[in-house]
Amino acid sequence: MDKNKIRIENLTVKADNTEILKNISLSIRQNEILSAIGPAGSGKTTFLRCLNRLIDTEEELSVQGSIKMDDKDIFSPQTDLSFIRRKISMVFAVPTPLPMSIRDNLRLGLRFQKRLSGININERIEKSLRAAFLWDEVKNRLHESAMKLSGGQQQRLCLARSLMVKPEVLLLDEPCSGLDPISTAEIEEALKNLKKEMTIILVTNNVKQASRTSDRTVFFLMGDLIEMGETGRIFTTPKDKRTSDYVSGRFG
Amino acid sequence: MNRKLINFISAFFYTLTGLACASLVIIVAIILGNIVVNGISHVTWEFLSTAPKAGMAEGGIFPAIFGTAFLVLLMTIAVVPLGVSTAIYLQIYAPAKSRWVHAVRMAIQNLAGVPSIVFGLFGLGFFIEFMGKGIDKIFLGGELYMGQPAIIWASLTLALLTLPTVVVSTEEALRVIPKAHREVAFSLGATRWQMVRYVILPQAVGGILTGTILAVSRGAGEVAPILFTGAAYYLPYLPTRLNHQFMELGYHVYVMATQSPDVDATLPILYATVLVLLTLTFTLNFTAIIIRSKVRRKLKIGK
Ligand SMILES: Nc1ncnc2c1ncn2[C@@H]1O[C@H](COP(=O)(O)OP(=O)(O)OP(=O)(O)O)[C@@H](O)[C@H]1O
Ligand SMILES: [Mg+2]
Repeated sequence: MDKNKIRIENLTVKADNTEILKNISLSIRQNEILSAIGPAGSGKTTFLRCLNRLIDTEEELSVQGSIKMDDKDIFSPQTDLSFIRRKISMVFAVPTPLPMSIRDNLRLGLRFQKRLSGININERIEKSLRAAFLWDEVKNRLHESAMKLSGGQQQRLCLARSLMVKPEVLLLDEPCSGLDPISTAEIEEALKNLKKEMTIILVTNNVKQASRTSDRTVFFLMGDLIEMGETGRIFTTPKDKRTSDYVSGRFG
Repeated sequence: MNRKLINFISAFFYTLTGLACASLVIIVAIILGNIVVNGISHVTWEFLSTAPKAGMAEGGIFPAIFGTAFLVLLMTIAVVPLGVSTAIYLQIYAPAKSRWVHAVRMAIQNLAGVPSIVFGLFGLGFFIEFMGKGIDKIFLGGELYMGQPAIIWASLTLALLTLPTVVVSTEEALRVIPKAHREVAFSLGATRWQMVRYVILPQAVGGILTGTILAVSRGAGEVAPILFTGAAYYLPYLPTRLNHQFMELGYHVYVMATQSPDVDATLPILYATVLVLLTLTFTLNFTAIIIRSKVRRKLKIGK
């Protein structure tokens, strides 16, 4: 349980002359749910985008420091970018189904892989949809457009779509920000089950969600890592005044 | 000012602008009406399927229809891959604000503004004199084969002329695809090319098709670029090889209107040919408009 899956050292992200992330160092344990909280603009999304190197697509940002998964540097030039992004898959804040059928959305990630013989696609689709608590709602309409689903269903589809490629690390950027309480509860339930198989990093601007679902919590503020620890402790006896102010809702 | 005057002025301008619109419609109606009335009786199956006879005063326009179709087919084969890959490069691969991209955009805009006769001269100078003659010299020891006006050179010249149309409409189709869709593909492990192939292109197909049809419709109606590069006054055979010359509808109209030995005798045929040409380009434009509005509607629902 205490094995470290990801180790981040001195991670700094700069845009022109401002620092978006300032010298962040932390480790993420295998099979934990780590939640990242902090007010708007504190760098949570940027932090996630470093982990699967989506940050590379933004030319104006420069990244320093190192991120290692299973002791392999993901920023090294030898790294296979496709491999990294499959092993560290991401679900975005806004549900982003692509304009194609539900089934095609789910199969998309598999199309990007070369050696696929021997996997049963239908089986994997069912397993992923069940894990995302969506199977019963869509099992009879897999060939319909994914755009017809409700927002909550779309977000669970996106979760299932990420699960299709069997990630080892799952990044979620405020996955419940636009969802109703029932969809939210379903996603949280799904995450708790999924952590048996993978490591989950959950960015959320809902501190209650962090306290409900995560094992540990990290608090960001203006690009600084202020405090990190067991979720219970962060919410009951935070060491830093800024953390206690934020989790008790006194600012942010 | 008193109220009456204001009312009068407002009514006056209302009428004036209305009349401007009406005159536009009327002019189009007169042009079309004139052509249809004078041409329709001559458009028969025989007219569409036979070659001209008796110095164009009799017979049909089949070689010109065939030549036009062959010409725009070759043009499409040349312009679509070039135009679409240029647009993909500009929108997806190139760094957003680089000078190089700026230069390419400028070049495309300027290309769109070049008069079509200049394209014709360029085709003559570059494709025929330089490339064609060059090929002959290198591969055939100077024997004349490619270094003369031919359908391949004419279609390449037209491809250059219509390149901006294809690039711009493909770019538009790519631009409206949300950035999030690219990131979804990346976050599932796609390479850049896989992202383009499986996520971007399927959504851009409508826009690419629209651009292609508009390009074909423009290409089918242009005479100046093919004037020196391969169009023939009259040919006893159909073009079957890339270095053959060809007859073309627009050029045929020009020839009949200006070079006919007997203008009065060719007049009905002239009308009928123009009618065929217009029907062709209108149908193409109309198809493009329909596809475009369908795509737009689909995108709206998509959001
Ligand atoms: N490409 C970029 N160029 C310049 N500045 C950027 C860029 N991306 C992010 N920033 C800045 O970095 C800071 C952190 O942004 P980030 O999106 O990581 O915050 P966040 O914690 O996810 O906020 P939110 O809770 O609103 O989603 C913001 O001030 C933002 O303006
Ligand atoms: Mg964010």
